Amino acid sequence: MLGVKAPPRPVVVAGLPSLRWLWAVAGVAAVLLSCLVGVMAGPVHIAPAAVLQTLTGGAIDPGQANILWSIRFPRVVLGLLVGGMLAMAGAAYQGVFRNPLADPYLLGAAAGANLGATLAIAFAPGTTVLGVNTVPLAAFAGAGAAVGGAYALGRSVSGLRSTTGLILAGVAIAAFFNSIQQYVQQAQTGSIRQVYSWILGRLSTAGWDAVLLVLPYVVLSVVVIFLHRRLLDALAISDQEVSNLGISVRRVRIIVIVAATLGTAAVVAVGGTIAFVGIIIPHTIRLLVGRSYRVVVPLSLLFGAAFLVLADTAARTLLAPAEIPIGVITAFVGAPFFIAVMRSTRMTSV
Amino acid sequence: MSGVAVKDLSVAYDGALAVDALDLEVPEGEWLSLIGPNGAGKTSVLRAIANLVPFRGDVRVGGHAVASLGRRELARRVSMLVQEPDMPAGMTVAHYVLLGRSAHLGYLGRESDHDRRIVAETLQRLGLETFAARPLDHLSGGERQRVAIARALAQESPVLLVDEPTTSLDVGRQQSVLELIDELRHDRSLTVISAMHDLTLAGQYADRLALLVGGRLVAAGAPAEILVESVIAEHYRARVAIVDLNGSGHAVVPVRR
Repeated sequence: MLGVKAPPRPVVVAGLPSLRWLWAVAGVAAVLLSCLVGVMAGPVHIAPAAVLQTLTGGAIDPGQANILWSIRFPRVVLGLLVGGMLAMAGAAYQGVFRNPLADPYLLGAAAGANLGATLAIAFAPGTTVLGVNTVPLAAFAGAGAAVGGAYALGRSVSGLRSTTGLILAGVAIAAFFNSIQQYVQQAQTGSIRQVYSWILGRLSTAGWDAVLLVLPYVVLSVVVIFLHRRLLDALAISDQEVSNLGISVRRVRIIVIVAATLGTAAVVAVGGTIAFVGIIIPHTIRLLVGRSYRVVVPLSLLFGAAFLVLADTAARTLLAPAEIPIGVITAFVGAPFFIAVMRSTRMTSV
Repeated sequence: MSGVAVKDLSVAYDGALAVDALDLEVPEGEWLSLIGPNGAGKTSVLRAIANLVPFRGDVRVGGHAVASLGRRELARRVSMLVQEPDMPAGMTVAHYVLLGRSAHLGYLGRESDHDRRIVAETLQRLGLETFAARPLDHLSGGERQRVAIARALAQESPVLLVDEPTTSLDVGRQQSVLELIDELRHDRSLTVISAMHDLTLAGQYADRLALLVGGRLVAAGAPAEILVESVIAEHYRARVAIVDLNGSGHAVVPVRR
C-alpha cells in the first residue's frame, strides 16, 4: 500500500444526467438485431451463418452474396440512416422549440419535399441529374426551400424573439406548398399513384446510390446535434434565463435547426415523408429512460434506426411481392405501442 | 473588484421609457435593494445590468462595460434570480443546479469533475443533498426558491441580481430565503442587488435602499433615511406608519384610512 496513491475518485452526485451503459448497450443490440432480421428476411431466406460469412469475406453461394450486397445490405443501411436521423431530428426539434409535438416536419420540410417530389414525378419522370434520380434531388430542394422560407418569414415577422412566430411561419408555408402539391397531383392524374406511394414513404432500392447520397448530410447532422445535447438541456428553461447562464439561445437554436433540417431533408428525399418516427421514438425514450437530451439524443439515434429497419422489413415482406408504404407500418405499430408506454408510465413528466 | 456602476441608464420598451437616466453605484459586497411602486422600473434595471434588454447609458460590473462583455464572460460575473424561475417538469434538482456551470464551459464543452464537485458542494451548503435526484415539479415553493438560489450560486459570479425573491412565500420562508442570501453574501462577499416589494424586509436585509418612481431615482440611502412616512406616502400613495423595531430595522405598516 505504501507509496501507492489512490486515484482521485470521480465525483458522484445523485440526479445528474448521464446515459447508463446498459441502455447504450441495449440500443446497440437493438440495432444489430434489427439489421440481422432485415438482412435475413425477404423472398429468398438467407441464414445468419451465410450473412456472417459474406461479411467476413467467406465464400458462399454467389447468388446469395449478390442479393446481400446489392439489395439487402444497402436497404438495411438506408433504413438505419433514415430512422436514426428522423428520430434524432425529432428530438432536436422538440428541444429547440420546447414543444413536445414538434417533429422534423414542423417547419414545412415534409410539405416542401412532397411538392418537390410531386413536381419531379409529374413533369420529369425518369430523368437524372448528374447520374442521380431527379425525384430525391427535387425533394431535398423542396424541403430546404420550405424550411428556409419559414425561417426567413418567421425572422421578418417576429425577429426570432419567440419560437411561436417561426412555427406559425412553418404552418403557413406548409399550407401553401401543400396546396400547390395537391393541385399538381390532381391535374396530373397519370402519376397520382406514384406520388401517393412516394408521400407515404418507401426506402428506395437503388443499390448503394441512395446511401451514398444521404450519408454526408446525415453524418454532419448527427454529429452537430450530438454535440449540442448539453445545450438542448439548457434550452428547457426560459430564453432570458438561458441567456443569463451565458448561452446564446439564438445561436444554439439556429445551428440545431439548420443541422436537423439538413439531415431531415436528405432522408426525406430518399425515404419519403415517413410519419411518426420523430415523435414516438424520442418520447418513448423520455418516458422509459429519462428526459435529459444526453440520454434522448443518442438513444433516439439507435432505437430510431432499429425501429425503421424492422418497420421496413415488415413493409416489404408482409404483402410480398407488393410493398406496404413504410409510413403505414410505423404509425400502425408505433401508435398502439406509444399509447401502451404512455399508459404504463402515466405520463408522469411529459 | 466587482462593484456595479450604472450611469445615465435608460431602458425603453416600444418607445416608452421604463428607466430614465438612472445613476447607481453599488460597491463590492453591498446589498442594495431597489424599491418603488409597481412599474417603477426595478426589474428593468436588473435586466439591463444582466444585459438582457437593450439600454442606453453605461453599465459596468467590476469596471467592465456589460455591453462589451460576451454572454459567457458576463454570466461569470453576474447571475440573476428571476421572479418566477422556469423549472422544467422532470428535470432533477442536481441537473438544474448543474446548468449554473454553463458559463464556465466552452460552447460545446462538457462538465468536468470540478463542475460536479461544485454542484455537490452547493447542494450541501443549501441543505439540498437529499433533494439532488428529485424532479423539480415535486418541490414546494420554498424548496424551489432554494434550488433557484443554488443554481445562481453554482454560477460562481460575484454579483447576484435578485428579482422579488419572496413573492408567493409565507412569512417564515420569506425570512429564511433572505437570511440565506445574506449569509451567502457574507460567505462569498457577493454584491447583491435586489428588487423588492416588501419594504419592511427590504429595509431589514439591504444595506441601502434606492427608491425608483416612474423609472427615476427619487431617493437613495440607508433604510432609516428612506423608510419615512412622508416619503412612502408621497410615492406609493399609501398611508403607513413606520415602527421602530428597536435595532432590528423598521416595519412599514399600512394604516387604514
